[in-house]
Parts: sequence; C-alpha cells; structure tokens
Amino acid sequence: MAKSRAFDVRRQTGFVPLALLCFAVLYLPIILLVVYSFNAGQSIAIWEGFSWQWYVKAWQNEKVQDATILSLIIAASASVIATSAAVMAALATTRTRGFRGYTFVFALINQPLMIPEIVTAVALLIFFAMIKVATGYTGLMYLIIAHSAFCIPFAYMPIRARLQGMDLNLEQAGADLYGTPWRVFRRVTLPQLWPGVLAGSMLAFVISLDDVVITEFVKSAGQDTLPTYMLGQMRRVVTPEVNAISTALLAISVALVIAFYLLSKSGTQTNRE
Amino acid sequence: MGPFGLTPLKPFNRGTMIEISGLSKTFGSGANAFTALDDINVEIRQNEFFTLLGPSGCGKTTLLRSIAGFVDPTKGSLTIEGQDVLPLPPYARPVNTVFQNYALFPHMTVAQNIGFGLEMQDRPKAEIKQTVGEMLELVQMTAMADRMTSQISGGQQQRVALARALAPRPKVLLLDEPLSALDFKLRKEMQIELKRLQSETGITFVFVTHDQEEALTMSDRIAVMSAGRILQIGGPKDIYDHPAERFVADFIGDTNFLDATLQSVDGDVATVTLPSGKSVAARAVQGGSQSGAVTLAVRPEHATLTKESGLLDGVLQNIVYFGTDTHYHVTLDAGSAFVVREQNQPNAGELCEVGDTVGISFEAGVGQVLRD
Repeated sequence: MAKSRAFDVRRQTGFVPLALLCFAVLYLPIILLVVYSFNAGQSIAIWEGFSWQWYVKAWQNEKVQDATILSLIIAASASVIATSAAVMAALATTRTRGFRGYTFVFALINQPLMIPEIVTAVALLIFFAMIKVATGYTGLMYLIIAHSAFCIPFAYMPIRARLQGMDLNLEQAGADLYGTPWRVFRRVTLPQLWPGVLAGSMLAFVISLDDVVITEFVKSAGQDTLPTYMLGQMRRVVTPEVNAISTALLAISVALVIAFYLLSKSGTQTNRE
Repeated sequence: MGPFGLTPLKPFNRGTMIEISGLSKTFGSGANAFTALDDINVEIRQNEFFTLLGPSGCGKTTLLRSIAGFVDPTKGSLTIEGQDVLPLPPYARPVNTVFQNYALFPHMTVAQNIGFGLEMQDRPKAEIKQTVGEMLELVQMTAMADRMTSQISGGQQQRVALARALAPRPKVLLLDEPLSALDFKLRKEMQIELKRLQSETGITFVFVTHDQEEALTMSDRIAVMSAGRILQIGGPKDIYDHPAERFVADFIGDTNFLDATLQSVDGDVATVTLPSGKSVAARAVQGGSQSGAVTLAVRPEHATLTKESGLLDGVLQNIVYFGTDTHYHVTLDAGSAFVVREQNQPNAGELCEVGDTVGISFEAGVGQVLRD
C-alpha cells in the first residue's frame, strides 16, 4: 500500500520561497515607506539618518491640516450616512419575507463594488455638474454624498452578516412581550447588532478616508482631502513628508482594522451559546 | 388564591378562553401551495392545560403561532375571551409564548429578561421590580437574578423563559415544545413544574408537543393533529381508550388493528364480527358507518392470552420480556399479527411457549371501532 498522506500545500517544492516573495512584494514597499518617513534627508530613496522632521513639517503644513480636517469631516459624515442606510438595507433584506427581485435589490445595494470606480466618478462628475449649474451650490455636500454612496456596501456587509447570524426568535419574543416594532428594534435588535454597526461604520470610514478617484473627480477647486493633496504633491517635489502622511494614514487604518477584527470576534462569541 | 390573584378554576366552572373556527392557513400559491392548517375548529377553556399533539409537520406549531400572531391565517376566525384577535399584531395580543429555543435576550440579565414584557407595557418601575421578584421566586431563580442568560444552564434558561412569559400575566400561555431540549430527568421535573404553575396561576396553557407521553401526563384535553387537521379532541383517557381514527390509535400508544364486520350499532355499542367468525360488543364511533367492513382497535394490555381457544386464535411467535410486562406476539389464523401485553406477576410461571396455539380474548366494550 502506498502511504496515503493528506495533501499539504506546504510540502510542495518552492512553496516557502514563493510565499516569502509574495509577502515581500506586499509589505516591503510599505516598510520602506515607513522607514523613509523618518529620513533626515530630502530624499525618499537615500537614507541620511533618523529624524522626526517630516512629521513635524507635515503637522505644521496648513494645507495638510486643512486636507486632514476635510478628510475627517467627509469620512465621518459618509460613515454615519452610509451606516444608517446600510442598517435599513440590511433589515430590509434579512427581516422581510422573500420577495420578487430580491437578488436584484441585493445587487443594487452592492453596485458600487462591481461598477468600475472611474465610471462612477465620471458619472458623478457629470451629474453633480448639472446640479451645480442648476443650484449654484459648490459646497462639501457633493463629496459627502458621493462618499456615502460608495461606502454603503462596505457598511452593509458586516451588518447584514450580523443580522443573519441573529436568532429571529428574539425579535418575535420581543413582539410577543408587547414590544412595538420600533421598541423591539431599539431594545432587542440594535443592542445585538451593535458590533456589526460599529464594524460597518469603521470600514466605511477607512474606505472614505482612502478614496482618490471619485474624490478627484467630484471635488471643487480648493477642496483637497489628504489623498488628493498627496497626489497633487507627487506631481511636484516628492519629499519624505508624503511618507510621513502616508504612515499616519496607515496607522489610522491599521488601528481601525484591528478594532474591526476584535469587534467581529467578540460578536461571534456572543452568538455562540 | 394563586400568585396572580386568580383562583384556579374547577373544570366545570371553565368558560371559553379561545375559540377557533374554520381556521385555515395555506403557504405559497398555485402548484407550490401547502395547506398547513385545514379548517381548524376548537374551543379552549379557561385555565385549561390544552395540548396540541402530532408529528412534525402536522400544523400544531402553525396553529400556536396563529394564536400568538406570527402566522396570518388564510381564513377563519380566532377569538380570545370573545375578542377577535386576528387583526391584532403579536404585541397587542393578551398571550405570551415560551419558545422552543427559549429566545432569551442574550444582552440582558435574568431579571431584565423577566421584566421585559412589563417594561414594554410601561408598567411603573416599582411594580416591575416587585413582579420580577415574585416571578423569580415562582420559578426558584432568585439567586440567579443578575446573571446573564448565557451563564445559566439549559434547565434554568427554561425557567427564565417561563417566568418571562408569565410575568405580564397573559390570559393564555403558549408553549412551543418547551421541554424538547432538556434531558430526560429534567424534562420529568419540568412537566410537574408546568402543571404546578398552570394550576397556581389560573392561566390557560396551550402546549405543543410531539411526545404522546408528555401529552397524556400533563393535559386536561388533547387535540391530536395530522396533516393540518384536528382528528380528535378529548381528555387523555378518552383519546387513549377511545381513539376515533386509525392515525390517533397508531400515534398514541400501541394498538392492534383488526379487520372486522359491523353487524349493528346501538348508541355507543357496536356489535362486530371478528375474522375468526366470533362476535363481540365494541365501542361505536361517532359519525361512523352503520354496517360493513370496519377496523377495530384493541390495545395490547386490554387483551389476554389463554391456552384455550378465545375470541381470536393464533400461533405464538415471539415473547418479549420488558420487566414490568411481557409482550406476546401472535400470528392470527387470519394471517395478521396481534400483540398481547400481560403485566408480570412475581410468582407466575411461563404462560405459554413459542409455537403454542393460543387464544386471545378481550372484554365487551374494550375494542374501539374506528372511523373509516
């Protein structure tokens, strides 16, 4: 009899070097980016010693300050709007009886994931241009609306997953015990949905914070978010200041992703009995 | 007086609590239509322990959920104390449910769970606190009041679910197979507990189960259901001793079915001729035929085995010893099988041996003629 051994991909020739190569391609540039954000010199490629100076410069740069504030305002607003919409969408797609066109609605909600971003960007540019002409309004709302729209599917996914994992009987028990639909939602559904809502809003926040393409097309003159400001900088002289800003953004994203992970983990534990 | 300020009612004092007539429920439509409830007519009385008994898929849970308001019947009427409740949403009906999986709120403590219904009714805080205290005492869970529901055992969760459903003092308590998740010993305890709560609180219990033994031991009356219909309603003894249909006789306990010929019917008494040619008096079935071929049901413990020729004759095929009693499997001369159950006596010798020719007898009125 031949030795029957479970197939293990780790024993394939070249697995380890290939894996290492993949990780290197993924993370080496990021590591270098972070390392050179502490460069004492002007170059983003030649190491001249350690310094905090680029962080200080970025911190003191008014344009960076403005862009950061704008980014945070947009991300926070988009996150709140997208999450509210996502909660309603998730309730409608998990707490109603199956209806005709369910899959179609599901696809509609997730549309931003499937349509090329550049197409959405161009469409929004044209659409908002028409509104601008009609109303004369050139404020921040265009960016907030655009960001809210493409953040919805990201907020929707964890919320929907959470709702699907929840015991439907709990809501029926709430209704059985004289709870009106709204009070049952407040006292039974929402408290349990909370980890999903937090995770969804964080995901939406990070996605909004990071967006370049749609923002670049939709923004009015002078409206720069952090990513579009950085993109603008790249066209001129590239200094480690960009590295410093990127590293700060990276830190925020990583922190939020870790929080997301911890929340979804605690969620599955309460689900289990 | 019970803890609810209600005096438990003697059976003869009981008025109507729930009246269901012509209730039907069809899920889906066209070729996929499925009739879960088919023209249900039943009257459930005050402070009654009423059981819906049947195999899974018979519609018993759909009927319970129709009373609770989670299922919208296709047609028919449903009243609670004379009030039409069908237009009312679940939260406006004076009924509470003990769910099969308990459905306790995992983000609340035991006490918060029990107080939830009262809170939703906007009762004063002091009253909620007092009632929750009483309920905790009633189900002996006072020590666990501040635990989260995930920190208590299955049996304790069951008690909390009961207390939560009883706390708002519903007119009717609906129980959806609440004991099925418990192990045998705990289930026996809870059966007694449920009976105690029902008699102490004066509340009407509507209990759903597929367990015939549970139904027989706990119920005042049982409705046996199959394929969306109620086949028979009656007290446990009534249902067991006088099943009206073959399904009921088969589902509850063990039964021998005999092909017989109906000679005459006089009120409750039917005279039938057995396959052996001998005649015996049996209990007639309401609304059954007056003559012709019928099925006669005889419980194994209602028949006796003799060495001499009896009402029926056959050959003993098998003897199965059960401790308290012994089952004798006989092949009748007509070809069908018949089981006789004899209670074991400490000093009795072997009655018969396998291969013996034996006779089977049963008293007049013991057999039950079944509806076709």
